[in-house]
Amino acid sequence: MSDRIFGAVGLILAAFYAWATLQIQVSFLSDAVGPKTFPLAIAAILAISSLAILLRPDEGPDWPGIGRLAEIAAATVVMILYAQFLPEVGFVTATALASAYLSWRLGNTILMAIVAGISISVGIYVVFNLVLGLSLARGPFGF
Amino acid sequence: METLASLGDGFAVALTWQNIGLALLGCFLGTVMGALPGLGPSNGVAILIPLAFTMGLGPTPSLILLTSVYYGAMYGGRISSILLNIPGDEPAMMTCLDGHPMAKKGLAGEALSLSGISSFVGAFLATWGLILLAPQLVKFALLFGPAEYFALFVLAFATLGGVSSTNQAKSAFAAMLGLGVGVIGVDTQTGVPRLTFGEVHLYDGIDFLVAIVGLFALSEVFIFLETRHDKSDSVGRVEVGRLTPPWSMIKRCIPSMLRASGLGFVAGVLPGAGASLGSFIAYSMEKRMVDREGTFGTGDPRGVAAPEAGNNAAAGGALVPMLALGVPGSGTTAVLLAVLLALNITPGPLLFTENPDVVWGLIAALFIANFMLLAMNIPMVGMFTRVLMVPPKILMPLVAMVSFVGIYGISGSSFDLMVMVGFGVLGWVLRKLDVPLVPIILGTLLGSTMENNLRRAVTISNGDYLTLVGSPLAIGLWVVAIVGFVLPVFVGRLVRSRMRGARDQDAGITD
Repeated sequence: MSDRIFGAVGLILAAFYAWATLQIQVSFLSDAVGPKTFPLAIAAILAISSLAILLRPDEGPDWPGIGRLAEIAAATVVMILYAQFLPEVGFVTATALASAYLSWRLGNTILMAIVAGISISVGIYVVFNLVLGLSLARGPFGF
Repeated sequence: METLASLGDGFAVALTWQNIGLALLGCFLGTVMGALPGLGPSNGVAILIPLAFTMGLGPTPSLILLTSVYYGAMYGGRISSILLNIPGDEPAMMTCLDGHPMAKKGLAGEALSLSGISSFVGAFLATWGLILLAPQLVKFALLFGPAEYFALFVLAFATLGGVSSTNQAKSAFAAMLGLGVGVIGVDTQTGVPRLTFGEVHLYDGIDFLVAIVGLFALSEVFIFLETRHDKSDSVGRVEVGRLTPPWSMIKRCIPSMLRASGLGFVAGVLPGAGASLGSFIAYSMEKRMVDREGTFGTGDPRGVAAPEAGNNAAAGGALVPMLALGVPGSGTTAVLLAVLLALNITPGPLLFTENPDVVWGLIAALFIANFMLLAMNIPMVGMFTRVLMVPPKILMPLVAMVSFVGIYGISGSSFDLMVMVGFGVLGWVLRKLDVPLVPIILGTLLGSTMENNLRRAVTISNGDYLTLVGSPLAIGLWVVAIVGFVLPVFVGRLVRSRMRGARDQDAGITD
């Protein structure tokens, strides 16, 4: 069943890709092939392979339960927040929070997770910024 | 003779304190990453690429660092195979079969050092093979025009799923997904933006490093989040014991090592085979040839030596098409290709004439790394066994954060981090659906070169598409591509079930 849905999504993706390709504005100066041919070929093969997946699906994978899915969704949200707030709160704070969260969700106790988060953050900061001289995001406190 | 002179120049390039230091660092990190279950050669190299950039290393030093990681990971994979019966990475799967039984018999130290020696023999011979074969392949590749190159790229994609692939539709899907991502951005020939939907960040395309790190490293973090079980800390401790195998044991294994190295190297050079298949072929051949008493699977030293020599030789062999043709034959070499492209070096036949210092410096560094790895993996193996004790709840957040640091260090853009998270989720979903990730990487990497070759070929012939099959060489490449794509449909299931079968029967493990 998973593969049938996957194939259907693939078909929609191929159609969307072909549509988006056709929207490309071709300038008057173009080579013999043009900018549309290659993406259209990609869309075609994408559609064929999606159809093959749809018609001859493999056995479905073991999808995790709803709890685990929520776990992954929550981790994704944390990572997106991390990406957004990194330049604003600075590297050390953002990283400590994000890695403490991940460590907690991977089975550490809250206290140990906080310790792990701070050590990971400070460790990376020391190695990459102080030793290797890589510029990391500076927050309001300068680190 | 000429080759030896070039190699000498290579050693002159490689033997600086900085390069030796980087090789040492790479070997160490590589072994650690290989040993840790969950981190293999491809994601190990992927995580470290951004670092090589942000440290501002030149092409040769970056390559030395990353190929040392690559070779190191191939060595390291065996450690957890032998001690824990969990392959540290995929190619080390076959080493479990006899390695773990040896450890159970109290011969863990012997198994580790013997497999270290086999790894050395395999990698050492394969590096020589690389030196001898790559320049020949370069001469051949100089005959290629744009049409032949286009066909060669098709061949690479068609065979990348490998003989063990069960679902070619999924490999094709993955390749198209990668190529599709590669198209995004301003068209190099006409200057029109394609598939950018007005988003300025997308005008210069999606950086393949962002895609690679997201797909390989972040998806691993998601896998761990999904399968978290709290008992994972209680890893059984195995006594390592003496670290020198008796000379008689080594002597008995030498023929196995040599045969396995040859087979592994060939498997590595051929497109679509790679290290996992190299070790599998080496093990099953060896079993068929010398296993008269039925001791394979019960801790026969030859069953440890063969797959280790095989997978390390395949790792060296896989570098041949990557350097000489610019078309990688395995996942990790695809990642290494990304390094070259990001450093503005185009691999392929011209690399050997235009940047001989890069090529020969790299090859010399491989020799140096090999000796370092031998030294690290025999007397100091105890240190790496302790690394195995790092629990995923510390390791995985670290992996995620180092990935973020690397990508942010390159571009300093939150947008790239978001794209990376997107690729991480995509990677997790695709892995669940059994879609291979390597063709996606290769697609994003090679997409623009492939398209440029197509357009160049057709433009040269004034819009005639038949030029793509206009020479015997191109036709030959197309035929190989088609056969390579169709063949696994028939034999893929067979090979794969045998690989599984061998593992289940011989060792009686299920997981």
